[in-house]
Amino acid sequence: MNPDFYGDALTSPFWEAARRRALLIQRCRTCGEYQFYPRPFCLKCDADDLEWVRARGTGTVYAATTVRIQISPEFEPPYIVALVDLDEGPRILSNILAPACVIGQRVRVTWKDREPDPPLPVFEPVEEG
Amino acid sequence: MSDWGQRGIYVAGVAETPLGDVPDHTEFSMVAVAAREALAEAGMTLKDVDAIFTHKMGEEGSVQVGEFLGIQPRYADSTDLGGASFEAFVHHALVAISAGRCDVALVVYASRQRSKRTRRKVRPEPDLTIAAQFEAPCGLPFPLGHYALVAARHMHQYGTTPEQLAEVAVAARAWAQRNPKAWSRDPLTVVDVLASPMICDPLHRLDCCLVTDGGGALVITNGNRARDANKRPIRVLGAGESHAQWHTSQTPDLTVTPGVVSGREAFRMAGITPADVDVLEPYDSFTITVLLALEDLGFCAKGEAGPFVERGRLAPGGKLPAMTSGGGLSYNHPGAFGLLLIVEAVRQLRGEAGERQVSNPRIAVAHGCGGLLSTAATVVLASE
Repeated sequence: MNPDFYGDALTSPFWEAARRRALLIQRCRTCGEYQFYPRPFCLKCDADDLEWVRARGTGTVYAATTVRIQISPEFEPPYIVALVDLDEGPRILSNILAPACVIGQRVRVTWKDREPDPPLPVFEPVEEG
Repeated sequence: MSDWGQRGIYVAGVAETPLGDVPDHTEFSMVAVAAREALAEAGMTLKDVDAIFTHKMGEEGSVQVGEFLGIQPRYADSTDLGGASFEAFVHHALVAISAGRCDVALVVYASRQRSKRTRRKVRPEPDLTIAAQFEAPCGLPFPLGHYALVAARHMHQYGTTPEQLAEVAVAARAWAQRNPKAWSRDPLTVVDVLASPMICDPLHRLDCCLVTDGGGALVITNGNRARDANKRPIRVLGAGESHAQWHTSQTPDLTVTPGVVSGREAFRMAGITPADVDVLEPYDSFTITVLLALEDLGFCAKGEAGPFVERGRLAPGGKLPAMTSGGGLSYNHPGAFGLLLIVEAVRQLRGEAGERQVSNPRIAVAHGCGGLLSTAATVVLASE
């Protein structure tokens, strides 16, 4: 097996791209809808012709919380967990690398190294004029 | 149109297991205590039971419970809808008894999560599940963090305030002060809730339910068998269930729960509206959970539950008595609280609730929810 293999039969393309710091999501070739996490069919139109495409990597914070308790040794509070709505549509759970975060904040993907596992997509605020 | 439930299905007995901190029992001995007490109310013994419904009693839970209690059922159900499992069991039992597939359904549950310290803040995930790949690495405390995101979104979208969330905890505590079995009975104010440590914005420690041991039992049967009960049987007028997302990221709208569906199904079957409800037993895992239940069941419009709970509306003397045992926030919360919601609703309808008795209630609603607001099940009960 490929020593870089990570994930499962459906998600391994996502993690392979993550090693190159590219954020992939699925797009339905029939209806054009984007989805994440990956499925072997389109949740919207039920077609099974899906492709992986690179997301722009920008989005908007839909909800956020600052975690102030320690849940395990690897997480040092306080830190921000948020749901981010990617501009293409899919919603993903992630971290916001900032001291504080409000709902509606525009964010952009960045990557958290986790050797030997692939890097994790996290987000940082962007200012837009 | 089927006539399921129209011939009369009844809760003929209810009981709590030992509650609070229960070091001197196993989950199975707790279940045995509650089952025999509930069956005694119904004028029955374990020998009468022909259906077992249970949740989180280990792998093949109904099998383990059946063996321990010496019951070989002709109908068995270990469905896992988290905290809503028990309202769903009433739904399932109603269907099974109406169809003649069983006559006496025993619903049981017990947990020793407090004395065994098994409550985790991280959901255990085998390697490489979707949750392990995409959600666990974010460090969202389970299940608290999901509810914090929900509360944050509700506040952003509808202007709900921390004070309004705190009103829910204050109402629950006021009821708990009237319940000798309640774990937390000290006076509590909105100021106290807001002064408790912030653990996951915007939720404070006192926006969160207790972690206790406990459980209970219900006996559900048809009208013929319910006539032999030693206490007043309580009729099941309606029931419904539903579920939505498993992963936080898959929630289409954080402010809406599957209670919209379970409530609609149960109220429609019962032929009632929220205005007919005299006592409400909503699952109060967190203060925000109650606000969403009030909206999704139709007690107020979406987004209006904050103002709705102000001025003690849910508290003793309020217009909508709710969480009358003291709820998961102040009475007991043994991991899956839904069974105890039904126990309390039945006791209120029978007039057995002592100092916390609501005046002459005719209709009570128990509304369970579980997981990450993933599941919901609703039961409408009537005193006649």
